[in-house]
Amino acid sequence: MMKRLPYLLPLIVFAGLAVYLWNGLGRDPSVLPSALLDKPAPQFDLPPLPGRQPEEPLATRHLATGEPVLVNFFASWCGACQVEHPILNDMASRNGVTIHAINYKDTPDRARAFLQRLGDHYQRIGADPDGRVAIDFGVYGIPETFVIDGEGRIQLRHAGPISPETAQKVILPLVEALK
Amino acid sequence: MTVETGHFALIVALILATLQATVPLWAANRGNRELMNLARHTAWGQLICVALAFLALMYAFARSDFSVQVVALNSHSAKPFLYKLAATWGHHEGSLVLWILILAVFGAFIATFNRGMPDTLRARVLAVQGMIAAGFLLFTLLTSNPFTRLIDLPIDGNGLNPLLQDPGLVFHPPLLYFGYVGMSTAFSFAVAALIEGKVTPDWARWAKPWLLIAWAGLTMGISLGSWWAYYELGWGGFWFWDPVENASFMPWLVATALIHCISVVAKRDSFKSWTLLLAILGFSLSLLGTFIVRSGLLTSVHAFATDPARGVFILALLGIAIGGAFLLFAIRAPSMEGGSGFAPVSREGALLINNLLLATATATVLLGTLYPLVLEAVTGDKVSVGPPYFNATFVPLMLPMLAMMALGPLFAWRQARAVEAVKKLWLAGIVAAVVLGITLWIGESGIAGAFGMTIAGWLAAATIFAWVKRWWGKGALQRLVGLPMEVHGMTMAHFAAAVLVAGITATSIWQGEAVKLMKPGDQVQLAGYSWTLDRVYDTVGPNYQAMRGEITVKDDAGKLVSTLYPERRFYPVAQQNTTEAAIHTTWVSDLYAVLGEGDAVAGWAIRLYYNPLVPWIWVGATLMALGGLVSAAGKVRVRRARAAKQPAEAAA
Repeated sequence: MMKRLPYLLPLIVFAGLAVYLWNGLGRDPSVLPSALLDKPAPQFDLPPLPGRQPEEPLATRHLATGEPVLVNFFASWCGACQVEHPILNDMASRNGVTIHAINYKDTPDRARAFLQRLGDHYQRIGADPDGRVAIDFGVYGIPETFVIDGEGRIQLRHAGPISPETAQKVILPLVEALK
Repeated sequence: MTVETGHFALIVALILATLQATVPLWAANRGNRELMNLARHTAWGQLICVALAFLALMYAFARSDFSVQVVALNSHSAKPFLYKLAATWGHHEGSLVLWILILAVFGAFIATFNRGMPDTLRARVLAVQGMIAAGFLLFTLLTSNPFTRLIDLPIDGNGLNPLLQDPGLVFHPPLLYFGYVGMSTAFSFAVAALIEGKVTPDWARWAKPWLLIAWAGLTMGISLGSWWAYYELGWGGFWFWDPVENASFMPWLVATALIHCISVVAKRDSFKSWTLLLAILGFSLSLLGTFIVRSGLLTSVHAFATDPARGVFILALLGIAIGGAFLLFAIRAPSMEGGSGFAPVSREGALLINNLLLATATATVLLGTLYPLVLEAVTGDKVSVGPPYFNATFVPLMLPMLAMMALGPLFAWRQARAVEAVKKLWLAGIVAAVVLGITLWIGESGIAGAFGMTIAGWLAAATIFAWVKRWWGKGALQRLVGLPMEVHGMTMAHFAAAVLVAGITATSIWQGEAVKLMKPGDQVQLAGYSWTLDRVYDTVGPNYQAMRGEITVKDDAGKLVSTLYPERRFYPVAQQNTTEAAIHTTWVSDLYAVLGEGDAVAGWAIRLYYNPLVPWIWVGATLMALGGLVSAAGKVRVRRARAAKQPAEAAA
């Protein structure tokens, strides 16, 4: 038996790996943690998106208002942003969630056309044409959405478009809990 | 109609594969020669059917037949024709058909060539190939049918991920798949040997050419992928230790180890169970590579298909194939060892060290790829180990191996004298010392750079000298012609490894980078060149709009070296931006420019790189693959010569 043991080893290791991979199958790769979780949002002060009404800037001070807010990174050239946009609109208009946006590496006229076409329920929009603020937030692809609590701390990071399920099961309950 | 024909052909192929997986196996046990030979016909039948299906799919892409789901999802009428064809395998369903097609090609070739192989072994090898084919055909037909029709006809297609519209991506997946699937031959030979219960030197000689061919394909596939990442992603790097890159690199490491230890089986009838284990492992990692990319288990730039339902099927497939093979290994392998002993300092000893180092390196990469996943499963944290981990673990393992690579080929089988081998290499030692002197003299290289270049110099010189010593002297030409092709192949591959190491070391350590916000007329000094942004203008391609920069590069004397045209492309169909780096290569360095965001007022963010010796990486990889092919060709030649000799002897 002892002589056979080394020959059994590959099978045993493989069995362990298989069980592990099996567990990994159902996991959603879009739920990414952030190094900033539970930490204050990065310091930034962005000019407003030119020509959009109301033309108000977005800065760190607008995030800690005592109420939870969402910060959504979007751009007109991003296909997935179009997909999630109606869901953001819904959350803002039906559920009364405050959503700020950061317009990532975009031109003002294209961004405005995007919002005209798909609806604009954002509170404030900061323009981040060179993507610096996105780097501070650790964004690696857009769309990305952050849930920020009343004291301006990041509570959730969602990478990729928000699906109706994510909105209902993750984001809205969290916003509710933070109120 | 062609679409339905393709679908039907796949079903017929499945039936043939099922026959091939069962009947010859039974016949080999019974000694029924006729039924054993059935495998040769089913192998060809499968090839014809799968080729038909593949061509039918390609035809649908060529005609932009948007009634076919995968065409509508992955192609567009405005796409250049070559990319329409390449789109045949640029997505999950099509790439599976390609996978199966390559498997069928290998199967048919094994059925036809390898003359002199016993019928029972051939029948069993082909039966195992049939099992793999049946599994993948079933997977394709049940979960990923490429021939599904759409009921609502779309006006136009969705287009392909624009990152993938690129000549490198036309050839990268087929070559990589060629390597992955080629590893199935080693697996089939190993499982057949386990079923037969014996491993002989002849077995090793029959299996090795297929392995070499697969390894060459894998080498080229990986290096093409790296080349693509280098010029398309615009980061100036060539290897990112991305999980998908690792997934292709691990089978390569195992295949490299396998090539070396299967030689020991062929020459010395030893290392048998280790060889079998590596053969199973190599294909398992190839399957894992397919699985990782296709299941969404890992997310990265590469994962363009995520679907857990398919993942379950693939995992079941993996469980049966790998688990079954390992079980067979646990039962049969203990009785197989044997062969002759050897001293620690000998060719066997050197190859053993090579194998241990390569196996450890594979384990390191596997750990670095899976550890973040394991950690996440246990603690819920997502981490990425990234390049620092791999540089700290993988590189130190490779250094002793490279140093040994120079010595190993000089050792005799069974017992060698290390001192003599080292003495033979005094000239290589001088070359290494000179390289060390030069790199230290140039300065600013640090220990790592000097060390890497010295090892590369040592290996290159030692490899060449060892080769020359084999034929230099009286009757040089005759001796050179008489050398086995294997020796030439090995020399090429080892020399190529030195070239590769020099390229990697130089570009990792001496890369120059400048990131600047530039307006037309602005100038940047980098690596002894002055780079001037002349202008930025709009232009259009067949299915994209682009901003194009014009950067002139001049040397110290003010002479024009090159004009670079980096682009930022926008693909309206996919609503996506890509960057196209502009590269000027001199074969000893690359001048590399990327156009970033910007406008005429603020200027454009321009990234410039000076990458010394970076072309050597791909030159080295190509030479390495050629070495593998030369060696494989030698095997075939020897076998021909033997086959021709045998009847003559019988007649005498």
